[in-house]
Amino acid sequence: MFLAAAIALFISMVMVLTRLYAGPTVYDRVLALNSFGTLTVLFIAVLGFLSGRPDFLDIAILYALINFVGTIAILKFFRYRSLGDISQVPDKKGHDQ
Amino acid sequence: MVATVITVILFTMLVLTALAIVRIYSLFAVVMLSGVFSLLSALLFVALDAVDVAFTEAAVGAGISTVLMLGTIALTARTQKKATRSGFVPFVVVAVTGVALVYGTLDMPNFGDPTAPASMHVAPEYMTGSVKDIDVANVVTSILASYRGYDTLGETAVVFTAGIGVLVLLSGLGRRRREDEEEDA
Repeated sequence: MFLAAAIALFISMVMVLTRLYAGPTVYDRVLALNSFGTLTVLFIAVLGFLSGRPDFLDIAILYALINFVGTIAILKFFRYRSLGDISQVPDKKGHDQ
Repeated sequence: MVATVITVILFTMLVLTALAIVRIYSLFAVVMLSGVFSLLSALLFVALDAVDVAFTEAAVGAGISTVLMLGTIALTARTQKKATRSGFVPFVVVAVTGVALVYGTLDMPNFGDPTAPASMHVAPEYMTGSVKDIDVANVVTSILASYRGYDTLGETAVVFTAGIGVLVLLSGLGRRRREDEEEDA
């Protein structure tokens, strides 16, 4: 049962990697990285049950948090070209802000 | 058996990711792929039961360094320049180094071997003395925070200094000060 889940996760990982390699737009790649992070979380959970020691589930939850914050950081970076204080960013597209 | 298959599949994906990083010229895709690379190595560390190392790898490799690399791209260029020279000599150097490293692993003890020299020297002392000396049940914690406390303190200082340096470089402190001077003049 968990073996089937692991195989399914591997197949999805390969598909996500293909999308990440092929692109073509930036957003495909951001989404692919985010999906890969989610697959990592799921795989850690499945790995814990496969080896009979589901002690790492809380670690998997922490991975989910990192994944979320990382995606937000990347997207914010794309929107504002900076991670710092937004008010100091040169106003390139006036109608955006 | 299952663990070996999982490790082999993860390593295959790791190699494919590394090849993709070498092939792609769009630096943004390279940054995303390096995030995937460090997630995959974190998975490998989890498969080897090194959960703490895996967590550091995921936090630093997939989290912080992806964002730092994006910051670098914003300050420099978005695509890699085509190489003007042939990559034959670097390829030979890398291949020879890789073969030498693989040859070096042949003499190493098996994974989890209790009679390996590394687990014969001071490790038994740590394992038996952890609760008595330090009163911490988790041996990894007692080694990191007490037996090797100064070492950990030094590492933390190095990482902290590096972080401050990167923050100062990326915050544009120098640029802002120059602008202020121009306004004064």
